Amino acid sequence: MNAHLPYILCIILFCIGVYAIISKRNIIKIILGVVIAEYAVNLFLILVAYKVGGRSAIFSETQVILPESMVDPLPHALVLTSIVIGLATTAFLIALAIRLYGKYGTFDITRMRELRG
Amino acid sequence: MISASIVPLFVAIPLAGAFLIALFKRIKGMPDTLGVLASAGTFTISILFLLKMEIGQRIIYNVGNWGGFNEVLGKIVGIQLVTDGLTLFMLLIVNFVAFIVAVYSINYMTRYTQKWQFYCLFLLMLAGMNGVLITGDLFNLFVFVEIASLASYALVAFGTEKRELEASFKYAVMGGMASLVILLGVIFLYSYTGTLNMADMTGILAGSEQPVLMYLVFGLFMAGFGLKAAMVPFHAWLPDAHPSAPAPISAMLSGVLIKALGVYAIARVFFTVFGFPHQISIILMTLGAMSMGVGALVALRQWDMKRLLAYSSISQIGYIMLGLGIGTPLGILGALFHLFNHSIFKSLLFLDSGAVEYASGTRDMKQMGGFSRKLPVTSGSTLAGAMSLAGVPPFAGFWSKLVIILAAVQANHMKLAAWAVLMSIVTIAYVLKMTRFAFLGSLKDVFANIKEVPVFMRISLILLALVCIFGGMLLIPEVRDSFLSPAVRVLISGMRGGV
Repeated sequence: MNAHLPYILCIILFCIGVYAIISKRNIIKIILGVVIAEYAVNLFLILVAYKVGGRSAIFSETQVILPESMVDPLPHALVLTSIVIGLATTAFLIALAIRLYGKYGTFDITRMRELRG
Repeated sequence: MISASIVPLFVAIPLAGAFLIALFKRIKGMPDTLGVLASAGTFTISILFLLKMEIGQRIIYNVGNWGGFNEVLGKIVGIQLVTDGLTLFMLLIVNFVAFIVAVYSINYMTRYTQKWQFYCLFLLMLAGMNGVLITGDLFNLFVFVEIASLASYALVAFGTEKRELEASFKYAVMGGMASLVILLGVIFLYSYTGTLNMADMTGILAGSEQPVLMYLVFGLFMAGFGLKAAMVPFHAWLPDAHPSAPAPISAMLSGVLIKALGVYAIARVFFTVFGFPHQISIILMTLGAMSMGVGALVALRQWDMKRLLAYSSISQIGYIMLGLGIGTPLGILGALFHLFNHSIFKSLLFLDSGAVEYASGTRDMKQMGGFSRKLPVTSGSTLAGAMSLAGVPPFAGFWSKLVIILAAVQANHMKLAAWAVLMSIVTIAYVLKMTRFAFLGSLKDVFANIKEVPVFMRISLILLALVCIFGGMLLIPEVRDSFLSPAVRVLISGMRGGV
C-alpha cells in the first residue's frame, strides 16, 4: 500500500484539477484547475523515473557507479520541457482572462453568452 | 538521393521566418514578404523531396548527432527526425495550403491591425505542424503539438472581440486538457517500453505480450488526439473556434491543423506504433460514423457561413476516420485521398467565406444573395469547392468518397456504407443551401456597390479551385504511385493486427 500511495495521491490531484475545470464558473478557478492537473501530470512523470535508493545520474572518476543504480534521468529532462510548455499555456490563459474581464467586467463564465445557441 | 541534413529545415525555416518578422516588423511590407517566402521555401523543399525520394525510402536525421544515437543500454536516447512516404504526403499538403494562405493574407489581413503578429504566429503554427510530421520521437511529437496548438489558440483570439476571446478560451482549456492526456499516454508508454523513439517502441511492443495497461494508453491517445482532430464526442470547441478566427486561419485550422495534429498523429501512433489492433479499428469506425452524422445534420441548420463550414469539417473528418478504421489498403487509400481533398476544398471554402466577408462585410447567409454577378471569381471558386465537398463527379471529392464507400462495401460493412451514402446526400443539401443563399437569388440594394476582392486573394482562390477540379487525377496509376501509394504503404506495413 505504502509504495502505491504517491501514485494514488497523484491521481487524486489530477482529479481535483479536472473537477475544477468542469464545475467552476469563475475563469480564474478554471485556469487554476488546468494548472493543478498539469502539475499532477508532471509529478507523475517524476514518479515514473524514481527508483528506491537510486542516485543521481552522474558518473564519477573516483568511484565505480553502475547505470543500474541511478534513477532514470530522461524524465527529468522531459519534465523541464513540460513545465515550460505549461508556463506558456498558463500565461496565455491569464492574458485571455484579463481581456475577457475588460470586455465583460466579470470573471463569471455563465455571464459570457456570445457563443450560446 | 537526398541528404538527410535538409530535413530539419521544415521546422527551421518557419521558425527563422517568425523571428525575423518580429525583428523587422517596422519595415513596410517585410512581414508579408517574409511570411510568403518562408512558406514558399518549405513548400519548395517538400516538392524537392517528392522528386528525389525513392519509393519506400526512410530518411533519418539524428538531431545534434551526439552520443545518444549509439544505443545507450540498447535504446536510442536522442531525437530522430524521420521522413517516409506518409510524412512526405502530409508535408506536401500542409506546406501547399500554408503557401496559398500566406499569399491570400497579404490582402485579407489589411483589415486587421498588427499584421506582423499574424504572420509571426502563422509561421510558428506552421513550424509546429511540420515538426509533428517529421518527428520520430513521441515526446517530441507532444512538444510540437503544443507549439502548433498554442499558436492556434492565439490566432483564434486574433480579433480580440468578445466572440473571439470566448472561443479561444474554450479552445485553449479543452486543448490544454487534451495535451495533458496525450502527455499521460506518452508517460505510460515510456514507463512500459523504456524508450521514446517510435521505431524502438514498435519493436518492443511487437515482441511482447501487451498488458492491460495498453488499453488505458489507447484511451488516452484516442481522447487526446481525437480532441485535436475534433471527432465527435470531442468536437465541442471546433464550431466556435474555427469561425471566430480570421478567414485565412480558419482555412489553416480546418484545412490542415486538425489533420496534422489529429488524423496524422492517430494514424502514426495507432498504425505504426501499436500495429493497428482490432479494437482500434472498431473505435475509429464508430467515432467516424458518429462524426459524419452529427457534423452533417447540425450543419444543415446553420445560417452563419463559416459555422456551417466548421460543422461540415467535423462530418468530413468522420469520413477520413471511417476509411482509416476499415483498415484495408483500399480504405486507407480512400482516407488519405479524402484527407488531401478535404484540405484543399475546405481551405478554399473558408477563404471564399473570407472573400465574401471582405467584399460585403457579412457572414450571415440570410442577408446575402445574388453575389455571383458581383463576385465572379469568388462565386466560381466557391462553386468548385462546394461541388467537390458535395461529391459531384468529376470533382475530386467524388472520387475519394467513392473509394471510401467502396472500401466499406468490400470489407462487408454494408450498414456503414449505406450511412456514408446517406450522409453524403445530407452534405449535398447543406452545400446547396450555402450556394443558393449566398450566390444565387436577387442582389439586395445594400450590396449594389460591392467589388471583387484584390488580386492576391483572387490568385489563391483560383489555384485552389483548379486543384479541386483536377484533384481526381491523383488516382491515375502513374500519379498515384509517386504520391498516394507510398503513404498507404507506410500505414499498411505498420499493421500487425490484434493485441
